[in-house]
Amino acid sequence: SVSTQDPALHGQYSTQVSILSAMELIWNLCEILFVEAAAAGPLLLRLLDWVRLHVCDVDSMVREVLGSENPSKHKLFWNVVDIFVLQGRMDEARHLLSKEATANPTSMNMYKILDDLMKKMPVPTLGNTQTLTELELKWQHWHEECQRYLQDGTFASNPHMESICKILLGDEDAILEKKELMTTWYHFLVTRLLYSHPTVKPMELRFYAQSSMDLFLGGESSPEPLDMILMAAFEFEMHQVIKECSIVLSNWWFVAHLTDLLDHCKLLQSHNLYFGSNMREFLLLEYASGLFSHHSLWQLGVDYFDHCPEYGRVYLELHIERIPLSTEQKALKVLRICEQRQMHEQVRSVCKIMAMKALRNNRLGSALSWSIRAKDAAFATLISDRFLKDYCERGCFSDLDLIDNLGPSMLLSDRLTFLGKYREFHRLYGEKRFPEAARLLLTLMTAHIAPCSFWMTLLTDALPLLEQKEIIFSAEQTYELMRCLEDLTAGNPDKQKFQEDDVETTKVEMLRLALARNLARVIVKEGTVEGS
Amino acid sequence: MFVARSIAADHRDLIHDVSFDFHGRRMATCSSDQSVKVWDKSENGDWHCTASWKTHSGSVWRVTWAHPEFGQVLASCSFDRTAAVWEEIVGESNDKLRGQSHWVKRTTLVDSRTSVTDVKFAPKHMGLMLATCSADGVVRIYEAPDVMNLSQWSLQHEISCKLSCSCISWNPSSSRAHSPMIAVGSDDNSPNILAKVQIYEYNENTRKYAKAEALMTVTDPVHDIAFAPNLGRSFHILAVATKDVRIFTLKPLRKELTSSGGLTKFEIHIVAQFDNHNSQVWRVSWNITGTVLASSGDDGCVRLWKANYMDNWKCTGILKGNGSPVNGSSQQGIFNASLGSANTSLQNSLNGSSASRYFFPPLDSPRAGSRWSSHAQLLPPPPLIEQSCDADAANLQYPHPRRRCVSRPLNLLPENEGV
Repeated sequence: SVSTQDPALHGQYSTQVSILSAMELIWNLCEILFVEAAAAGPLLLRLLDWVRLHVCDVDSMVREVLGSENPSKHKLFWNVVDIFVLQGRMDEARHLLSKEATANPTSMNMYKILDDLMKKMPVPTLGNTQTLTELELKWQHWHEECQRYLQDGTFASNPHMESICKILLGDEDAILEKKELMTTWYHFLVTRLLYSHPTVKPMELRFYAQSSMDLFLGGESSPEPLDMILMAAFEFEMHQVIKECSIVLSNWWFVAHLTDLLDHCKLLQSHNLYFGSNMREFLLLEYASGLFSHHSLWQLGVDYFDHCPEYGRVYLELHIERIPLSTEQKALKVLRICEQRQMHEQVRSVCKIMAMKALRNNRLGSALSWSIRAKDAAFATLISDRFLKDYCERGCFSDLDLIDNLGPSMLLSDRLTFLGKYREFHRLYGEKRFPEAARLLLTLMTAHIAPCSFWMTLLTDALPLLEQKEIIFSAEQTYELMRCLEDLTAGNPDKQKFQEDDVETTKVEMLRLALARNLARVIVKEGTVEGS
Repeated sequence: MFVARSIAADHRDLIHDVSFDFHGRRMATCSSDQSVKVWDKSENGDWHCTASWKTHSGSVWRVTWAHPEFGQVLASCSFDRTAAVWEEIVGESNDKLRGQSHWVKRTTLVDSRTSVTDVKFAPKHMGLMLATCSADGVVRIYEAPDVMNLSQWSLQHEISCKLSCSCISWNPSSSRAHSPMIAVGSDDNSPNILAKVQIYEYNENTRKYAKAEALMTVTDPVHDIAFAPNLGRSFHILAVATKDVRIFTLKPLRKELTSSGGLTKFEIHIVAQFDNHNSQVWRVSWNITGTVLASSGDDGCVRLWKANYMDNWKCTGILKGNGSPVNGSSQQGIFNASLGSANTSLQNSLNGSSASRYFFPPLDSPRAGSRWSSHAQLLPPPPLIEQSCDADAANLQYPHPRRRCVSRPLNLLPENEGV
């Protein structure tokens, strides 16, 4: 975002960055208060971390001062010391102060006392090394000591150090004077807590938060949406946090994930609203639905729907069938997702749509493979018929690869089986494996794999086999063929058709002749005894 | 927030209907200029007219797409008393290069003696079937038994509704628990208190459609009607466009409790009624999941309606016919200011009105044609919260007393809007 030259783009990016930062701020606070549910003691430490992490405008100032040759002479020196103190970064503050002390030996005494106070300040610790009561006691003593030094006028000659002492004592006015450094009321809140109520309990936060915001804004400006969200968090009103975020953000991403997290921590249910888990699902469904309108992000939406136990599946079913199947790749992607989830109807539908598209564009092979995938027997039959029709008209097959490699899917429909077997016949013929081809051809008719409409073509295909020099069809096979031919011509009620159509009549005649000749030859051959 | 795009439709007269295909990539418009135009969406999101042809000898009232499982098929209906079915023919490569396609008429349905006011394909699980309704109050249901032969359609049912019909809607539910169902709306203008919405249901025993219900509370002319997609609910949801927007639920009563053999009766509730258009509502249309309803009205606006997870319906968006947002932009000031001083990195630009803030590219929802066609047919919208609307769009009905530091009077939400 910083590197973009285009100002409009830059503006857009910095907006995005600030939205993201705001989300991070809210999210981290929710983690501290809701998920981790930090108890009194660690709570303050967490909040200090939070402030240090997120309110970091001062970093550049700090760098400037520390990087300068003579930090203690830098005009922003005391600002940096102050901010360290305000953020409870005692060691860093003390380190800087020591530089000032070395530069100004006259203030050595003051410095030593202040340094000591800062070093001794009791703070909550992680781990159970001290109880809250112990801490409070120690803190009380320390507080009184600071008070004594202040009242004795120890720091009277150095307003900076005096102000620091006042801050240590939790003097609200003194802290508020540093408004510009803290920049936000929630920073002010945490500083206040550090120096007046370090053992603050979670449930007490709301009071301090409200008064901090009031004091900080001082009636000059009114709170903004982000303020309201954070306030709701400090008040432990989780639903309010979600609600305010929903209003102010333009999409469900943040809210859906936050609600999901809270739901997983079983926090929404405990807040006496029975629809806690429904709200989580509701928001996730909204978010995921939004993803589906994007040409590639929809795939993420799938995973989100998977995690919605009640309505996820049906939402997915409804959304995924609307994904435009613009390329075969996309269709395959959609299919894989549906197949993984046993969405059989959607699988069938997608395949049907693709098959239909292919068929309209006369890509029969593609149409056939989609039908097979859809296990759509009726459509496979239809397309096989088209193939066969094409063959009859043009004398050759298209998409041979596909038909040759049908494998078991050939069994999807009778017509498809026939198509596959018929192609096999042609292959065998091409490889000059005539006896096998002949047997197959016959089986196609006798086993009724071939539709009656195709028998004529098959018989015509038998012609070249009958007229080979070598005898291919046995006597029995020849009888079968003849029977088929008679079945075909006799079974045809409209004998006129055969009579009128010269081509048909000629074909029948030729067949009868060829069959008779073959029969003659084969009877002789089979009747001949070997060797005699 | 919406991005509106204007398309010069080039119809020579009023546009009466706009219809998206199943995937939202194609659009059909029909007009009083007696023609239908088909538009295709290109990769970069622009709409191009790929076909334009004369379809009828009178104003074309409605146009609708069949499910893509049946191919590229359209149906249209007209003042000329006919309905027609059209199929796209994959053209010569020249045409493809020029970006044109051809549509041929597969059949004309001429049974009606008066203007045919609506035509709708049935849900795909019922096969290739469509219904028409006419100004003389007859609903006709046709079927094409062979889906590969679109020229053969047979009239399966004729339903006499007694009132002039203006619109029909098939119940999209494919659940076996529900028999085929069709809702019919009437725009009969004569002063009477007859129910203007009737529901007909198919009876497996008699193999006929019979009247299952009449919505007695709808007595004003009805302009559009739409069943919502079913998410596995046991009950149905029906939206009605009349002098206002109404949403009804219909819960089938258990068969044992009904009198006439085999027909289910319904428990009817009105779950929402909105008169925000302040004028006649002309169209209603559901999104994919049946969770958002769009309505368009004589006020030139399109409104979106959504139920929160406690089932309260509220308005979540308003779009003017010319694409400009309504009301929302004036509230920018409240949310725009940065927090604290200028050098804070936590600039709060959580501004709901700026169009540049999207995480996702905005959905283009073009509204084609004249104001008569501000027909909002929905693709899945990105879920949006609209401050421009006087409603709680946040879907969280938490009755929390507002603190004094509130920046926007959210407690003035009309919680009782609708029902």
